[in-house]
Amino acid sequence: MVPLSYYLILSGIVFLTGFVGVLLRRNIIIILLSVELMLNATNINFVAFSQYFHDVAGQVFVFFALTVAAAEVAVGLAIIIALYRAKSAINIDEFQLLKW
Amino acid sequence: MQQVFFFYFALVIAATSVLVVALRNPIYSALALLIMFFHVAGLYVTLHAEFLAAVQIIVYAGAILVLYLFVVMLLNLRQDDRYHRQWPMAGIVGATLVIEAIILTVMKGWTAPVVVTGTEMTVGATTNAGAIGDVLYSTYLFPFEVASLILLVAMIGAIMLAKKDIGEC
Repeated sequence: MVPLSYYLILSGIVFLTGFVGVLLRRNIIIILLSVELMLNATNINFVAFSQYFHDVAGQVFVFFALTVAAAEVAVGLAIIIALYRAKSAINIDEFQLLKW
Repeated sequence: MQQVFFFYFALVIAATSVLVVALRNPIYSALALLIMFFHVAGLYVTLHAEFLAAVQIIVYAGAILVLYLFVVMLLNLRQDDRYHRQWPMAGIVGATLVIEAIILTVMKGWTAPVVVTGTEMTVGATTNAGAIGDVLYSTYLFPFEVASLILLVAMIGAIMLAKKDIGEC
């Protein structure tokens, strides 16, 4: 039996990688991919806890997180396409309309 | 045996998630994410969540990744993509979080998992999918309906955002 803390450490590594990716990259598509990484890290946590506590509710929450991830991808990619139409670029440095 | 599988999956997941962030070409990043999704599904199987493993492959690898690749190829990006200019900030925040995690794990020690009997045990269900269905359609019926509403809103929002001339409709 693998200890629960191993799963938590793995999830923490993946979450941190996604977090650093969001801060580090300039390409919006990569930023969205990093958000997916973070969502997957939380899903790993949920499933590990669900298995170790013998409670199936954690897997139900993964199901909901998956729904939200799908919605996020659809809306996010639509926003990216709209941005690309406006500026012909998807580097986030280009979008500074709200900056004073 | 279980540990061998866990370490294989964990190693590949960690390596590919670093590749997703580190690779220059967005297509390669998306493909690395695809490998990561498959291995997360394998990890779910070792955790006895077979239904979620199947859903992970179908939804993530089948739908979300294809959507990403579609957009990447639609936009046809060629320009050099460098790191954001706030990368020292990202390094500082990331290093702080890593140190915090290490300190927390060292201070707390390696506590064994306390097995508590949850309120929703898998009663009367034989399979994993059956157990999830039982809980999903009884206890979590309202969140389930809200999830369908979220999907509807996302669909309408995506169509409205990606449409060319919104003013004419």
